[in-house]
Amino acid sequence: MRAAIVFLLMLAPPAFAQSALPPSEYANRQLADPRQEKNAKALMETLRCLVCQGQSIADSDADMAGDMRALVRQRIEAGEEPESIRKWLVARYGNWVSYDPPVEPVTWPLWAAPILLLGAGIYLARGRFKRRKSK
Amino acid sequence: MKRLILWLPLIVLIAFVATVAFRLYGGKDDIVRSQMIGKPVPEFALEAAVKSHPALRVQDLRTGEPRLLNIFASWCAPCAIESPQLRELQRRGIPIDAVAIRDRPEDVAAFLQRYGDSFARIGSDPATQFQFALGSSGVPETFVIDGKGIIRHQHVGYIGPEDLDEITAAYEAAK
Repeated sequence: MRAAIVFLLMLAPPAFAQSALPPSEYANRQLADPRQEKNAKALMETLRCLVCQGQSIADSDADMAGDMRALVRQRIEAGEEPESIRKWLVARYGNWVSYDPPVEPVTWPLWAAPILLLGAGIYLARGRFKRRKSK
Repeated sequence: MKRLILWLPLIVLIAFVATVAFRLYGGKDDIVRSQMIGKPVPEFALEAAVKSHPALRVQDLRTGEPRLLNIFASWCAPCAIESPQLRELQRRGIPIDAVAIRDRPEDVAAFLQRYGDSFARIGSDPATQFQFALGSSGVPETFVIDGKGIIRHQHVGYIGPEDLDEITAAYEAAK
């Protein structure tokens, strides 16, 4: 039984553990300047939560997401540009942390796929329209 | 040409299903690794996380000898499970410093008393800011820092008995 519990604990992702400390001041409090808060919010929506993958830090209740929101708000309040904060995080976690993938050789299929698929669709549909007209 | 176009939607569908199936059932790697390997530990000065241990500053990681930096928290179950392995690493003569994430002194003290203490210094990171600077994405994680304060290795997740040799090797390689 004890072994089973230990085993389950080992499986449990640490993501679900939450600390006893209250959230950081700026985790859930908006910046006083509405323009700064707007910039901070826009950036938070495009940063990925590290422990709750698939959510942005703006959407997550995890402690770590709250602390990252605090980081974003503090740096914006100090006058830092949103893109410079994104760069700082990408330098630590890779492009993975950003929901705004850069155009580079690894990601170009991502950007090219919609254009290619649309082109293929138009090409396929073109024949159909032609036949209808000739009837 | 005409035949190929007829088959194309099916080929696209098969490619799509294969991609989705691959991502769902195999080859899944959701570990976020730090991009800071090979770079110096960022400047920092953390207060002591518990009275019994000194605080941790960046200078403490530039002692000329490599050290382990263990990122843990008293509220993290895998951190408790890895403590026998940390003791074993300490027994092998590897110095270990630690950073307690979002923790209270009394909880850290209780954790050390219950699960054992292998740490020379323990810094407190109450708002996760130092962990972000390290590119660390959870607890527990263990970094190998060389004598000049350069990050040489990152172990994500708890250290099991099967990981001891990997960590020891990374420590030796950092000498």
